[in-house]
Amino acid sequence: MSKKLLLEKAHIEGIKSYPVYRREGGYVSVEKALKMKPEEIVEEVKVSGLRGRGGAGFPTGMKWSFLAKPEGVPRYLVCNADESEPGTFKDRYLMEFIPHLLIEGMIASSYALGCNSSYIYIRGEYHWIADILEEAIQEAKDNGWLGDNIQGSGFSCNVYVQRGAGAYICGEETALLESLEGKRGNPRIKPPFPAVKGLWDCPTVVNNVETIAAVVPIINQGGAAYASIGVGKSTGTKLISACGNINKPGVYEIDMTISVEEFIFSDTYCGGIPNGKRLKACIPGGSSVPILPANLLLTTAKGEKRMMNYESLADGGFATGTMMGSGGFIVLDEDQCIVKHTYTLARFYRHESCGQCSPCREGTGWMEKILWNIEQGKGKMSDIDLLWDIQRKIEGNTICPLGDAAAWPVAAAIRHFRDEFEWHVNNPDLCTLQNYGLAHYADPVYVPAT
Amino acid sequence: MTIEFTKERMYKVQEIINKYPAGKQKSALLPVLHLAQEQFNGWLDVPVMDYVAGLLKLDPIEVYEVASFYSMYNLKPVGKYVFEVCQTGPCMLNGSDDIIHYIKNKLKISEGETTADGMFTLKTVECLGACGYAPMMQLGKHYREHLTPAKVDEIVEECRKQAATAANGNGYLS
Amino acid sequence: MAELNKKISVTIDNITVEVEPGTTILQAARLVGGDVTPPAMCYYSKLEGSGGKCRTCLVEVAAGSTADPRPMPKLVASCRTTVMDGMVVKNITSERVMDARNGVVEFLLINHPLDCPICDQAGECHLQDLSYEHGTAGTRYQFARRTFTREDIGPYIQLHMTRCILCYRCVMVGEQVAEQRVHGVVDRGDHAAISTFISKAIDNDFSGNMIDVCPVGALTDRTFRFKNRVWFTKPMDAHRNCENPKCCGKVTLWMRGEEVYRVTARKDPWGEVQSYDGKPGWICNTCRFEKKKASDWTVEGLTTISRHSVIGANKYEEMVMPQETIQKVMGGLEPRKLMNIHSISDVNDPDITLSELPGPAHSVDFDRANSINNQIPENPGDAERHNKQMINKTQG
Ligand SMILES: Cc1cc2nc3c(=O)[nH]c(=O)nc-3n(C[C@H](O)[C@H](O)[C@H](O)COP(=O)(O)O)c2cc1C
Ligand code: SF4
Ligand code: SF4
Ligand code: FES
Ligand code: FES
Repeated sequence: MSKKLLLEKAHIEGIKSYPVYRREGGYVSVEKALKMKPEEIVEEVKVSGLRGRGGAGFPTGMKWSFLAKPEGVPRYLVCNADESEPGTFKDRYLMEFIPHLLIEGMIASSYALGCNSSYIYIRGEYHWIADILEEAIQEAKDNGWLGDNIQGSGFSCNVYVQRGAGAYICGEETALLESLEGKRGNPRIKPPFPAVKGLWDCPTVVNNVETIAAVVPIINQGGAAYASIGVGKSTGTKLISACGNINKPGVYEIDMTISVEEFIFSDTYCGGIPNGKRLKACIPGGSSVPILPANLLLTTAKGEKRMMNYESLADGGFATGTMMGSGGFIVLDEDQCIVKHTYTLARFYRHESCGQCSPCREGTGWMEKILWNIEQGKGKMSDIDLLWDIQRKIEGNTICPLGDAAAWPVAAAIRHFRDEFEWHVNNPDLCTLQNYGLAHYADPVYVPAT
Repeated sequence: MTIEFTKERMYKVQEIINKYPAGKQKSALLPVLHLAQEQFNGWLDVPVMDYVAGLLKLDPIEVYEVASFYSMYNLKPVGKYVFEVCQTGPCMLNGSDDIIHYIKNKLKISEGETTADGMFTLKTVECLGACGYAPMMQLGKHYREHLTPAKVDEIVEECRKQAATAANGNGYLS
Repeated sequence: MAELNKKISVTIDNITVEVEPGTTILQAARLVGGDVTPPAMCYYSKLEGSGGKCRTCLVEVAAGSTADPRPMPKLVASCRTTVMDGMVVKNITSERVMDARNGVVEFLLINHPLDCPICDQAGECHLQDLSYEHGTAGTRYQFARRTFTREDIGPYIQLHMTRCILCYRCVMVGEQVAEQRVHGVVDRGDHAAISTFISKAIDNDFSGNMIDVCPVGALTDRTFRFKNRVWFTKPMDAHRNCENPKCCGKVTLWMRGEEVYRVTARKDPWGEVQSYDGKPGWICNTCRFEKKKASDWTVEGLTTISRHSVIGANKYEEMVMPQETIQKVMGGLEPRKLMNIHSISDVNDPDITLSELPGPAHSVDFDRANSINNQIPENPGDAERHNKQMINKTQG
């Protein structure tokens, strides 16, 4: 059983409320932090090896140290609680069941970064969670953890909740800042980066909910202790939200030393696949990361067991590997159609494109239409090459990574499941009635030509 | 109908504006549009948006641009109860297509339509962050998860009952 | 402080130029001119914050700077990337760039109506030029093109949203030049559209400048519409003492005989509104829409045709053509992929210098021009490039 740092206490009766949370050791990290110098906290976070949990995995300590500190200009900390990547519902769990952990992390992080106003940007659909957070903030304020001169330290800070209104793109940090400024969620053209010019043109750090929550155990136990958990550059614990065709969907906190196989089949985690079906494919890090067939998912191309950590999941690059991403773990059983699943994702990205840049605005819809045709048995063989060419021309050529996020799932589906696409084209009538099935996707020998 | 926030909402608007530095009241636009949609029948008509523009000292086009960008704002009238059913990958793997189909048959409407009695609107939406509890839908401010046809029946009944008893005109919105 | 003003050098397609610090790659390339200048569909040097959106100006940075010579992993938007001392940029000498640009052009065209024969912008459309220079023949798009309902935005300006490429320039004119915005971008993704949302008339004094910045025929002059094809008119520089202090009063009159068919701001070689003493020469709506008599103006003489537009196609007399970059450095590859928008749409393709004609232009002139030019020369580089692309595609 993995060690838990974040959700350890999430199931304690009444932990949502301040008295219970405090009794269980809550807000101790703030007490500790206020006695440290801000730079010392940044250093602890660096030592911890914490990597951003929002998807990109950027080292948090390094991001914090990039924050510009011009004289007389406010700095802002913004927590990214937009959580809209298909397959991802981990932040929601944390905020819903142990909201004070996020507030505690916000206060400690704000102190470390020198921010007096910090915002939690939460997706608008999470109405009730925003209410929970606002309540927690009020409680924290009532107990002297927020507001002026916190605990007599001279440090003042307020945390505010900002509700979004339905746009995945607002998870992209600069789109989020635009949205927080009351505008359309159009990502900004970088540079300048938020660390220099962010919210209202002031230096800003944007971090994921889980990242900010992880600051609490880092301060409590020290960066080195946090770094000792896990393996390599995958330190600490990671929340994984598991869904799709598994017996026990839900949010799991893992310490990144377990294998993918254990995660899917052990009763501690996903508990295997329902109805005795076999594993066909999996998207382990949210819908944007490459899908892998069962064989490459469980074993790397080198023949090693694939582990649930940043390095191992990425082993083999995009040719035979994938990414940790946001930890949205989507499992597909043998009866699922890869073409259809890829189509729904393409539709998602078309729907969520902000429409600013031409490759993404035009390319996502084009891919969706072609995938729909193939799925409906109306595709041509040349459509598969066309799809490949379209995704190739979107990837890397857009303003923000949503273009890449739209291209990768399509690319990976064609790369690994090309014969299933071809089967659709060759069997226009059959493919609407029947599935391609598991085929050879679990065969150990199969290594796709790239 | 005069377009004006209730006193209570007006107070909320001020509270929201206070979250931002002076002069940055445009930041209040998204939350204030939510309030407006709640009060004015679940959708944003042009006069409502113009009212919000006036409150926040914005050009009306700034409000139209924003309101039309975000999927939670309805720019056309909707029913009292809006079923927003997720159809993205993870939900699809767990049968969201069947649920959508069931609702369409049951209420005799297609996606984007409202029942003749103005009670129900069906919207298909993209991932709402409840993938592990699929299939699911948003109803007002809450999620209804692990949907089955039987559960859909229950929800429809529940809405009808609520509409018959409560004076509340906005279904589950407020 | 001498250090601060020191010029820095940047190499673009093997040509080195010295520029002020803070210059963008695109601006540096414009100093070189000719084919090494990336096409820019959304960037507009006179509009703050413009650029970055269309992605036609993508270039490869082969070396970031002398201090840090690492290449940049992704192609960058040259209009929004500032040069560093010792930066090495590849535009037409980069296969990756030409391939990506070809993709961007295709994306821009898949939903474009290609109604050039009935479009007022035909002949001076940047998208026509772009597809002519960087597109591929035919289309691989097999679906219905997106259409929008037509919106009326007042007596002067016609909005034809179907043709819009969402460069946001007109929105910035609304904000920065007209200083009052009644139109903007509504909806999102592939539904995003330029609109007033409520079909409101745009009647600010400077709104007409939106027409001049629009790279395509999405915003056109209603007072000119359908009266004439642009190449039947002759551009004349003219000025008047405009009462509006913000109006520069210097314009181009598009005339046929003694009649003024259209008034526009004067354009620089990049198709942008000309600057005078560093200030953009925007013109007011009165000059543009109301002064349609030759007697309203002091006519200065024939306009020198700008580099863009079919009217001026292939006439770069005033520009330096960096010959060495073309065939030599590219191993015989010709950067201009062969195609022109006319292969998918049958608009006239006049190749003729209008300003050199003594009187008004007549259709016979175009017949002559077309018969000379309708043979597109075979390009030896093309087959090779096509093969390479096929290999890329299959290798993935
Ligand atoms: C299209 C898109 C959507 C994103 N959505 C989210 C999101 O919902 N939540 C999140 O934390 N990060 C999201 N990100 C990543 C953020 O841009 C950013 O990297 C992150 O919030 C940084 O926090 P971290 O360093 O703590 O991970 C998204 C990025 C892109 C490009
Ligand atoms: S890549 Fe897509 S989402 Fe990102 S800026 Fe471009 S159009 Fe918008
Ligand atoms: S109407 Fe013209 S100027 Fe405006 S965004 Fe569209 S293409 Fe650009
Ligand atoms: S896919 Fe339906 S909630 Fe995520
Ligand atoms: S001109 Fe640079 S992206 Fe459009």
